Amino acid sequence: MSDAVTLTGMPAQARRDIGIKRRYAAERRFRAYGIIAMAVGLFFLAALIFSVVSKGYTAFVQTTITLPIEFTEKDVDPDNKRGENPAVLAQGDFAKLIKQGLAKRLGFDPSDRKSAKLATAMISDSARTDLRDMLVADPSLVGKTVNVSLLAEGNIDSANKGQIDLSVPEARRKVKDKQLEWMKTLRDAGDLTKAFNTGLFTNGASSRPEAAGLGVAAMGSLFMMVTVFVLSLPIGVAASIYLEEFAPKNRLTDLIEVNINNLAAVPSIVYGLLGLSIFINFAGMPRSAALVGGLVLTLMTLPTIIIATRASLKAVPPSIRSAALGLGASKMQTIFHHVLPLAMPGILTGTIIGLAHALGETAPLLLIGMVAFVADFPATPLEPSTALPVQIYMWANEAERAFTERTSGAIIVLLTFLILMNLGAILLRRRFERRW
Amino acid sequence: MNMMAETTLEPKQAQAMNEPVYKMIGNKVSVFYGTKQALFEVSLPVREKTVTALIGPSGCGKSTFLRSLNRMNDTIDNCRVTGQITLDGQDIYDPSIDVVELRARVGMVFQKPNPFPKSIYENVAYGPKIHGLARNKADLDQIVETSLIKAGLWNEVKDRLHEAGTGLSGGQQQRLCIARAVAVSPEVILMDEPCSALDPIATAKVEELIHELRSNFTIVIVTHSMQQAARVSQRTAMFHLGNLVEENDTDKIFTNPDESRTQDYIMGRFG
Amino acid sequence: MKTPLILLILALMAIGAYVAGRARSHALSRTSKVKTHSRPAYHSAYVALAGLLPAVLVLIVWSIASPIYIDRTVRATLPSDLRIDQASEALNYGTVSIVARGVEQLTEAEIAAAQAGTVKWPELLVSKAVPVAADVRPEIIQAALKRTAMDAASHKAMAAVCIVVAALGAFLGYRRLAPSFRARNHIEKLMLVTLALCSTIAILTTVGIVVSMLSEATRFFAMVPMHEFFFGTVWDPRFAAAGAGGEGGQFGLIPLLAGTLYIAFFAMLCAVPVGLLSAIYMAEYASPRVRNLAKPALELLAGIPTIVYGFFALVTVGPFLRDISAELNGLVTGNYTNFIQAQSVLTAGIVMGIMLIPFVSSLSDDIITQVPRALRDGSLGLGATRSETIKRVILPAALPGIVSALLLTASRAVGETMIVVLAAGVAARLSPNPFEPMTTVTVKIVNQLTGDLEFTSPQTLVAFALGITLFAITLALNIYALYIVRKYREQYE
Repeated sequence: MSDAVTLTGMPAQARRDIGIKRRYAAERRFRAYGIIAMAVGLFFLAALIFSVVSKGYTAFVQTTITLPIEFTEKDVDPDNKRGENPAVLAQGDFAKLIKQGLAKRLGFDPSDRKSAKLATAMISDSARTDLRDMLVADPSLVGKTVNVSLLAEGNIDSANKGQIDLSVPEARRKVKDKQLEWMKTLRDAGDLTKAFNTGLFTNGASSRPEAAGLGVAAMGSLFMMVTVFVLSLPIGVAASIYLEEFAPKNRLTDLIEVNINNLAAVPSIVYGLLGLSIFINFAGMPRSAALVGGLVLTLMTLPTIIIATRASLKAVPPSIRSAALGLGASKMQTIFHHVLPLAMPGILTGTIIGLAHALGETAPLLLIGMVAFVADFPATPLEPSTALPVQIYMWANEAERAFTERTSGAIIVLLTFLILMNLGAILLRRRFERRW
Repeated sequence: MNMMAETTLEPKQAQAMNEPVYKMIGNKVSVFYGTKQALFEVSLPVREKTVTALIGPSGCGKSTFLRSLNRMNDTIDNCRVTGQITLDGQDIYDPSIDVVELRARVGMVFQKPNPFPKSIYENVAYGPKIHGLARNKADLDQIVETSLIKAGLWNEVKDRLHEAGTGLSGGQQQRLCIARAVAVSPEVILMDEPCSALDPIATAKVEELIHELRSNFTIVIVTHSMQQAARVSQRTAMFHLGNLVEENDTDKIFTNPDESRTQDYIMGRFG
Repeated sequence: MKTPLILLILALMAIGAYVAGRARSHALSRTSKVKTHSRPAYHSAYVALAGLLPAVLVLIVWSIASPIYIDRTVRATLPSDLRIDQASEALNYGTVSIVARGVEQLTEAEIAAAQAGTVKWPELLVSKAVPVAADVRPEIIQAALKRTAMDAASHKAMAAVCIVVAALGAFLGYRRLAPSFRARNHIEKLMLVTLALCSTIAILTTVGIVVSMLSEATRFFAMVPMHEFFFGTVWDPRFAAAGAGGEGGQFGLIPLLAGTLYIAFFAMLCAVPVGLLSAIYMAEYASPRVRNLAKPALELLAGIPTIVYGFFALVTVGPFLRDISAELNGLVTGNYTNFIQAQSVLTAGIVMGIMLIPFVSSLSDDIITQVPRALRDGSLGLGATRSETIKRVILPAALPGIVSALLLTASRAVGETMIVVLAAGVAARLSPNPFEPMTTVTVKIVNQLTGDLEFTSPQTLVAFALGITLFAITLALNIYALYIVRKYREQYE
């Protein structure tokens, strides 16, 4: 029925040429640039994740070799003194025990030095301390033969995971043909196995990649995160409440505001210099201590927390304040009873993101001496320790192939923590987000 | 929702009225925002070189209808339009129709003056530049001047064409926006409550301007003020709750409307 | 008496005061005819704080002042031949401190025996795992004994004073309790002061940064003239051999600064187009579904620690560039040697650029979405295409904000450490070739300050001069960027 009306319409005005074709080409080009840019960004993300994961996922399993170890009395306690002093057991010749175990298992003559050398090279140096600890814990083992799972040496581990190119001539290979042959024997008998690598999470620093772990670093990071959380949340919230709710608008508060925004953008290494000069040099705190690291990271995180807290305080509508004030609550009561609880989800979200940032921070920790070879767990935040990202840095500087795997594995662990924290922040925001 | 109350176009009736020429025709236009329907099968013809006023209480869908006339609704995520709207007999939602070309023919002036943060000259020259309407600088100058004259702003700004458009007063800014729309030489100009942010004196000037523009352009204006509708328009369409209540000569609507709801609204019983 | 023990006693006293104040307050509200002004909780908190705060204040002041006084007194007892110059005095006083730490572990009987001469001091100390030379001077031992004695006396006195002050304060506070007493106002004033103090931490941090770095840098400039540092073109600090004083080391800032800026330039070259265009795409084109997926993904990129990027550069990007350059060279000239080194300006620049992409895009996204919708509609309503609207209306309107975002990004790039430490190399060279390694200010700060440190050599102190330079550069960039952002916000608010 609209046809009837259309008949009365004017003939279309002579079409102007407004360059539609050309303009749409430009439009498509521009759009394509945007898509390409996004794709490039996402490609890099994918490349990075892929690079780390493909190199690192094997770090979570570790090759072990099970050997029949006989704790022969003449090797571990030649003078038979363990009755009076069990500590002599720690002085035993455990390398020899391993060699004998290997000889028995692989069937070569222990006096054949060439074979013995090749065979013992398959077992990590850390196996000796493992045997020692085992024996000291249970002196009744003397004279007995036990099947013990020992850590394989890093190169054997790599070979077992198929990471070593076997087409290379033997002379230029770190794993020799003889060793490969033994590996096959052991594997077929079920004595060379891959198991979940608990050592990665429980061990401290070690110069042997197969025995190096993140335990000490994780403990240091935990101490630091607790310090940062305990200090920066209350201080940050207090500062934000003052600035947002009480501070008169004058030059001083303006200066503080500019200052906070600037501090949020100061390079992290500058905080390291600050920590070195104030906490260690001036206040005489110990180097390499998690407490100092925590303090430095607190100073670094505070601006982020203050900015997030102020934003969430600002988002609480003034009507809430008026309502409480109208009932005769003091300003302080209004804020602590009403405004702050409502702003809390936002504050916590900001804090978690700040903490996640602090957890991944490396540069300032290098300057306060956390680049340290720490094999023992710190009992207090004042003892030397290291941190997850610093451990990654130290491993990244190691040349050995097996350390690259460890580094990637450590990065996966660190990223998992960070993603969990960020997810927590996102969930918190979703769960409690309010629209006023 | 009273679906029966909407008017459908009766061709015979239309032809009986002095052979009106229809520039745009909406036929059973419905608009959805996500799952929410904002407009219910509205059929409304727009006569050429006439001022058509859309009135009704807030939230009645008049702005939504206006924005669908040059497909500004496209810019809103998950907005969907069904039905048919024609411009010179061509369906503007047809895939072959280009939205840029359409908007060059159906210009729009918004509720709040929104000059670009550029000079007055650049504001007016923007449309002609992007559409390549001027062959050279002199041409462009000419277009800017004519548009500003048409918008009644020339005398006020001719000495400061290169100052920022945002520095003008509210009323001047709105007339600048009208000049900006005029500079593209559209066939239809849509105005979405163009005076709601202006004081009475500025409003009077804009209304006067609308009067003059009528000789060259087809104008559709959404207004909240019935007095304004009565002052500037020849045809008036009354919307309520997403439906078109009635459409008729302005005089008729304001003196003797067919629908009781229109009567109630005009008498100020709701709205 | 140790400080933690004193704190514990003070805390117990505060709890006692709180309980007493509470009882009194309840009694007051029962007996009094007028309504009490403040709730009992405020009364009791007032009494507790009236005792605790002054005592803690005394504790803090005493803990800072008494070691300084003791140090000075003990130093004065050292014979003059042990104090020939500052260095020897510092060295000998260091020995005193070590001995004093050993003396603290001794029982009184052991001290008496050593004083009587039945046991030799050095042997006794070594048996307690205190490293002391066998021929340690008796004056040093006596100074250490004096110091230990003074320390003990000071701690006892401090404990007594603190407890008396706490008791007195609580008593006075208790006396003031009355129905009309405005305890709440006092408590709230105290809270306000605390809040205000917390907010000054920001200023204190900045002051701390400036003062600490300036003071260490001043010591450096006393050894190396300022113009040699700022205009020197050779960086060759030599090694900080203990006591060598750093003769012959050259500390030219120029090669480091050049490397920093060169790498930052490549990073920006990589990050700005990608970041800006993806921000535009996400703000203006992307459907909500794409946006909801891509935005968190890019934010994830921003949450990855820089050490991870460094490692990525070290093991993936660097070797990749090296190998591909060898291939390219081979294809063109037949000579398969790489012209890009694994550690190079290019590697560091690209990886830093990847790190900065999400930074640029999220800042730009905020700024672009801040441009009012009305401007967008105005342009689209005139028949402009989306890209015309973006290029001619939105970007010009958002320009100040984008410029400030780029300045903040540049400041990030200049201050970035871990990527360059792993990917840029350590050779301080002035070279226009981006395929070769160069080093940066931050790398050298790390290099000079890891390992064993001696805070008297220019090799160590130069790090602070570098630090203050870095701080000054980023401060200038940040402040200018923040200033533009403020202006920009005002425009649309």
